[in-house]
Amino acid sequence: MNDIWAGLLAGFQLVITLDADLVDITLRSLKVSLSALVIASLIALPLGTWLAIRRFRFRRAAIATLNALMGLPPVVVGLIVYLLLSRSGPFGVLGLLFTPTAMIIAQVIIITPLIASITHQAMRELWAEYHDLLISLNTTNRQRVLTLIWDGRRALLTGALAGFGRAIGEVGAIMIVGGNIDHATRVLTTAIALETGKGDFALALGLGFVLIALAILLNFAIHTLSRTERHDTW
Amino acid sequence: MVAKPPSVALRDLRVKKRGKTILGPLDLDLEATGFTIVLGPNGAGKTTLLKVLHGVERIATGTVSWSMPRSRMDQEQAYVFQRPIMLRRSVRQNLAYPLALLGRPKSEIAIQVEHWAGRVGLGNLLDQHAPRLSGGEKQKLALARALIRAPSVLFLDEPCANLDGRSTREIEAVLQAAHSDGTRIIMTTHDLGQARRLANDVIFLSQGQLHEQGAAADIFTNPGQPKTKAFLQGDIVE
Ligand SMILES: Nc1ncnc2c1ncn2[C@@H]1O[C@H](COP(=O)(O)OP(=O)(O)O)[C@@H](O)[C@H]1O
Ligand SMILES: [Mg+2]
Repeated sequence: MNDIWAGLLAGFQLVITLDADLVDITLRSLKVSLSALVIASLIALPLGTWLAIRRFRFRRAAIATLNALMGLPPVVVGLIVYLLLSRSGPFGVLGLLFTPTAMIIAQVIIITPLIASITHQAMRELWAEYHDLLISLNTTNRQRVLTLIWDGRRALLTGALAGFGRAIGEVGAIMIVGGNIDHATRVLTTAIALETGKGDFALALGLGFVLIALAILLNFAIHTLSRTERHDTW
Repeated sequence: MVAKPPSVALRDLRVKKRGKTILGPLDLDLEATGFTIVLGPNGAGKTTLLKVLHGVERIATGTVSWSMPRSRMDQEQAYVFQRPIMLRRSVRQNLAYPLALLGRPKSEIAIQVEHWAGRVGLGNLLDQHAPRLSGGEKQKLALARALIRAPSVLFLDEPCANLDGRSTREIEAVLQAAHSDGTRIIMTTHDLGQARRLANDVIFLSQGQLHEQGAAADIFTNPGQPKTKAFLQGDIVE
């Protein structure tokens, strides 16, 4: 019991004194997951919108695949990315294994289906509402997609935040492809796992506080967004 | 003023839904000018006919030929839906939208938006969120948004259904002004009084068939078909 209290206190101290290791790890986490978020969004937003407005032969199958991909266990994604990037794998020559880039790749694969699926839901609803008008105004495909993305921006932002939350909280895949190397690929979740294993609860808890604070911030942002959706303040 | 409106000819036209013919077979010629009212009981095919003319309904057989190339026709027509579709944006942005699609300069768009908002009495609601307008305001916004591209042909599907007398009068005034500016108007209505006030000529549809077409003055005083006559008298017709 005393150990835990001491750990909490020490962890808290690390946060308020902006411990160098803690800041370093936090910034790396943010860098990796924000990069993954930007790349995943660039793929998922147009893809989800396109699935919502275009009718083609394998549309249902594509949507089912997307939903299935959303359920992929991150550890398996990590394993696959590891195999692809390992020295003997097809992309081995790039030398990406155990770099932040490998972690970004894994996170992109994990959150793209999630963001695309949320986008698809929101866009399908909006497209049903706008369909006749946009057809009547003789809009191009590009104009349709841009209109839907703009007018559905709050739902899309919510989806993106959910994706970011999943990325920054994930541990299995990035542990495998990043290797949890100090000052190189160590991020919040992998550091917590390591420090806990070592029995150094102070740093583990300090990092845990940061992660919890980020999660609360995200949820607050999502909540605020869905409120402005109802009140239309922007 | 708008460009000279085109005429249109339908030949052997059929629209099918789930294997059932819901419109046609019909032949129809519409002159390049005028204010045409499409009348007929519920389910007669009025909306379908309007959508065929507008080019957004898939046709099973036949042809629709405008006296203007298709590519130009796309820019020269506008459609006001029975249930107004509001973009989830401000009134100002709703009005600007059709012009922004055409890539018009911002300064020109701003002038047009002010002008048309004023024309339909929405001048002081420009910054309102459009989905929150009243039914009458939405319909006026939809009308202004249709007219802002100065279409030479304007389609309206029961634009005054469920509106109060005042809104109806305001919309009719805008329509009459557009008509005198040279816009060709083709419109459906349930309101026979409105049809009498506005129509130059009338099309009477029933069960997907064209029953009668002619000058308003003739049809209202002396309908050629018993069914038209019954409908105009207010009898229940299918
Ligand atoms: N998508 C559809 N599927 C099946 N039937 C339809 C569809 N759309 C319209 N109809 C039928 O076509 C007929 C004509 O419809 P409509 O043009 O809307 O008539 P109106 O506008 O004169 O009331 C109606 O009987 C309607 O039930
Ligand atoms: Mg109708």
